[in-house]
Order: sequence, then structure tokens, then C-alpha cells
Amino acid sequence: MKPIKRITSRTVVLPTTDVDTDQIMPARFLTTTSREGLGDKVFHDLRFDSEGKPRAEFVLNAPEAAGCSVLVAGRNFGCGSSREHAPWGLLDYGFEAVISSELADIFRNNALKNGLVAIVVDATTHEWLLDNPGAEVVIDVEHTTLTLPGERTIQFDLDGFARFCLVEGIDQLGYLQRHLDRIEQFEAARPWKP
Amino acid sequence: MSIPRTLFEKVWRQHVVVEETADTPAVLYVDLHIVHEVTTPQAFSMLREQGLPVRRPDLTLATLDHSTPTTPVSTFKDLLVAGEGAARQVRQMEKNCSDFGLDLLGFGSGKRGIVHVIGPELGATQPGKTIVCGDSHTSTHGAFGALAFGIGTTEVGHVLATQCLLQRKPKTLAVNIAGALPAGVTAKDLILAVIGTIGVDGGTGHVIEYRGPAIEALDMEARMTICNMSIEGGARAGMIAPDDTTFGYLQGRERVPQGAAWDAAVERWRSLRSDDDAVFDRAVDIDAATLVPMVTFGTNPGMVVGIDDPVPASSDASFRKALAYMQVETGKPMTANAVDVVFVGSCTNGRLSDIEEAARVLAGHRVADGVRMLVVPGSEQVKAEAEARGLDEVFISAGAEWREAGCSMCLGMNGDIAAPGQLCVSTSNRNFEGRQGIGARTVLASPATAAASAIAGRVADPRKYL
Repeated sequence: MKPIKRITSRTVVLPTTDVDTDQIMPARFLTTTSREGLGDKVFHDLRFDSEGKPRAEFVLNAPEAAGCSVLVAGRNFGCGSSREHAPWGLLDYGFEAVISSELADIFRNNALKNGLVAIVVDATTHEWLLDNPGAEVVIDVEHTTLTLPGERTIQFDLDGFARFCLVEGIDQLGYLQRHLDRIEQFEAARPWKP
Repeated sequence: MSIPRTLFEKVWRQHVVVEETADTPAVLYVDLHIVHEVTTPQAFSMLREQGLPVRRPDLTLATLDHSTPTTPVSTFKDLLVAGEGAARQVRQMEKNCSDFGLDLLGFGSGKRGIVHVIGPELGATQPGKTIVCGDSHTSTHGAFGALAFGIGTTEVGHVLATQCLLQRKPKTLAVNIAGALPAGVTAKDLILAVIGTIGVDGGTGHVIEYRGPAIEALDMEARMTICNMSIEGGARAGMIAPDDTTFGYLQGRERVPQGAAWDAAVERWRSLRSDDDAVFDRAVDIDAATLVPMVTFGTNPGMVVGIDDPVPASSDASFRKALAYMQVETGKPMTANAVDVVFVGSCTNGRLSDIEEAARVLAGHRVADGVRMLVVPGSEQVKAEAEARGLDEVFISAGAEWREAGCSMCLGMNGDIAAPGQLCVSTSNRNFEGRQGIGARTVLASPATAAASAIAGRVADPRKYL
């Protein structure tokens, strides 16, 4: 994975609360055996009508959304299914970060393991972001700060290990494999075997 | 004096290979890894790219469920019923299992089925185990006092390669259910009421333990329904302390210890309960005696009302959007809505007792004109047992479709879907927009409510048919 230290972008805002991973990546697209090419499918049924034409009212279809790589989402974004196709799709579409006041556990885990910077900010900052789509923000992953226009800087919540892996571009499997000796000892020493 | 601990803490501690620190998560050992065709292909590709084997094929249980057709399959042509992508995915799973030495419970095995139905059915799910699967409803297995949770595909790769996961220790939430469920009110109604109470994000970052007399009174299949929907409350996992009901269910099953080893296991399992003075991070209390059959009215499982209660009002934009999608009116009960499709099945309510519950209501009645009712057993074994009891005849003679095992219309990725605008009363777990087909409107309910709705042609109270 390539290191991610800093993201600078305008925001695109999807204020709906409880956006589930079925909205982010409908199940009918999960028959793929690859992780590539899912950007076309992300938010598919919100982006396109039944004839495949873009829905003008959906935020990602607005001209000003072009080139935005930071998604500001409503509370509890990514709830529901564990499908990793959701963050794969968001990354493939061009998003580098998702900001909310609350992210569903599995989605957040999946996102961070793929280099999609999924961060949680306080309710006041979240509200400001929801009210100001298109704001130019800077996410400093290394120092876990978010800078809003006017040099306002706030601290955001990101697990220290996830931050380290993002900043250093570390693959977590490699880290786990370094513990194989310990894993073998654990298996040998267990009082009962599964 | 030992420190009082919760059930979750006891199971967690027994599986920590490397303790967590401020800077690093714990390395947690996985006792059972269940794999299916949808969330594993990219993980197997990773193993191939890195030249890695599956480290513990003996602790890996593989089946096909999500993208399989629910019409009989014997050839590739049959498989295409579910679509070309789905057929390819099933074939890829068969190849992956064969290449990596996994025993696949596939077509014709007699043991294929939804991951969360077959784990318990085979006795692979046991108290005190850590169980993971690339599927959020893995929380189901917590009904046995296992710590069971859904993971993503990257983590599936981690478990295949190392049998471990990197995890931060979650918090604990006690959900105490006092009283007893009234007649005609089921475990499904109870868990919908719990989610309605805590909200769809009420459990985020937590492992729930369901406790109290109403939980202790439930059989194992009902407990599985409860734990299954923990994720719908945002929780990582849901757990219930194992007891004689648990041991009675497991005894004699294919993959449980036998003889003296069984006795030793039961003795060990008896210690898996929260100590009397164990402290939970949070607690919620609900009285089962006050509950009625519950149905959802919106587009998440927390938007739920009693069967006779009016749909509430709110000025919240997301709430109003949900009601507009559902074409449901504030102030009217859900029984005002006509039904197009009824689905009985899924990892929530696709077990024998669920099918029996639906059959009991449906017996002697007909599915209303214009209503399509699909009954999909959770596993090949559930299907065989239901047929041995003649339940298939009850459904077929009432005008319902009796199908092969699979996830089917719960997520509609195998071609079993409802049409745009159709209202589907479903025993599954998610009423998300488009979950059961683009534009399809889902009302979550118990198998009894689903069957009653099939008869009435509108959302209906099952207590009138009992």
C-alpha cells in the first residue's frame, strides 16, 4: 500500500444518516471475483435512474462534485453488510477520505485496511461540514488533524495503529505474519483445541 | 478473589495471542472461520499472489449460499439461473476450495446452506469459540456463547493466512430482557423491539450480551434470531450465555466432542457466563411482557412499530425520505398496506422452527390472490427435515413456492428479487432501500406475521390466526 500522509480536497456532502453498504454498493454487483472496477457501481441506484441516466438531484452528479476526493457523510455511514466492495468502490471512484460523526465498525475497519481514510469528527465540526459543501479541507493523517477554511484546525479520531499503517504504507498481513511464532506457541499451549 | 468478568471478556481473554497496547491492536485467535463464495474470491487471489497456503483448513468451513439459485442445480446451465456473474463466482469458489484443500459443503452434499444456519446445525458452532466470517450476520453464532463477528475480505485473507485477526477490544452492552413473551410474540419481534429501542447505531463499538428470563426461556433457534440481528443495532457481536438448552441442542451433532470429551467440554462451557458482579460499559432494560408483533415501516431495522401502532411522524429529512420511499403514511398502522410478496427464509428466520411457525399460521388457508410467497429453507438439512414433517405440502397447497436452500431474497443477489414498488413482508434482517430489488419496499417481520400477511394480502397481525 502506498503511504498516505496528507489529503487536500474540496468536500462533497451526502447528509443522509444511516447510509448502509447496500446503498454504497448494491448486492447485485457483488458477483465480481475482483476488487477492480467497482467505481462505476458505487452509489449506483442513487446515481442512476432505471434507464441508467444520471439523476441530476444526486450530489455526486453535480458539476461541482467533480474532482472532490473527500466525502462528508451523515451519521452512521457504512452500516449494514460487511461487504468490502463498498470501500473498494469508493476508492476506485476517486475518494481518498470519508468524514462523519460516526462510522459503522466493519465499514471503518475495511476502509482503513484499504487506504480509504475513514475518520470521525466531533458533532459541531460534522455539522459545519454538512452545512458547507465544497469546503476546501486538509486532512493531515500523520498528526490526525483536519484543517477547515480560515485555518481552523481540529483533532480527529483515528486508531493509532491504523494511522501508523496508513502513514507508513504498511500491509497489516505482514505485521500479523511477524507473530507466527507466537501463534504457534498459543496453539500448542491451549488447554483445549477447537 | 478473581476479577469479575463478563461472558465476552472471558471468551476474549482465552483467545488473545498478543495483548493489545496503546499503539497496537491485539492478535486474536480464530477457532472457526466460515467462508462463502461472495466475500472470499479476492482473499484467495491474495494468497495466490503471495504464494501462501490456507494455514488451518481444519478450522475453515466452506459452503455456497449467497449467489446460488433456489431452484435445483445439477449443471452449469442450472446455475446460470442466478446470472452469469453468480455462476462464475460459484465455480470460482469450488476451484478455490479444491486448490487450497478446503472441504466445500457444496451442491449435493446434503449439508450446504446459509453459513449461519449450517455452523450450528453441524455442531461446528460451540460455546467459547471465536468465530468469524466475511458476513455481518456472523453475530448469529453468539447465541451459543461464542464470540462471533463479521469481517471484511482483507481480514478473511488474514485469517486464511494466519488464523488470527488484529482487533481492538470492544466495549460491552448488557441488554436485559425481563418478563415473558406473550402468545404470538416471537424472538423476531423481540429483537426488532431491541433495535427500535437502542437505534441502528446504538451498539456501535460494543458487544451485546442478551440476558434475563425472557432470553433464558428461548430455544436455540430463537436465540440465533436474536443474536443474528445484533449487527442491525450496530454491534460487533451479540452473545447469550450457554446453558442446558445450548448443550441439549449441540449434543450428538456431527462436529461436537463425543463421549468423555463431551462431558469435559460441557464442564468448561458452564463457566462461560458473566460473573454476578461483572461490569458492563452500558445496559438497557426491556420488558418482554409489554411487546406485541413488530413490523418495520421505514428503510432501516430501527424504524419499527407494533402491528397496530400508527407510523410515527418526524421532521428529520432522512426519516421523511424513508417514508416517501416506503410509500407509508404517518398516523396509520402498517396493516393499512397491501402486500405483493412474502419471503420466509434467511439466516434470521430460515430454520426449521421458523418454517414450522409460518406453516402453523398458513395451514388451512390460501395465499391471497396476487401475492407471491417464497419459502426458502436455510439449509439443505432444514429443507429435508421440513419435508419429512410434510411442511412443504402445507406451503405448496396454500399456493406458496417451496425452494432450495440459500440466502435468496434476503439480499436478492441470486435473481430472487421483488419488482420495483412491490411491498415485501420479509422474515430477513434488512429493509434497506433496494435490498430486495431496485425500488422494492421491505417490511421486516416474524415468520408468523409474514404468513398472516400472505393470507390477508396486507400486513397482518398473526395473533388472529393462532
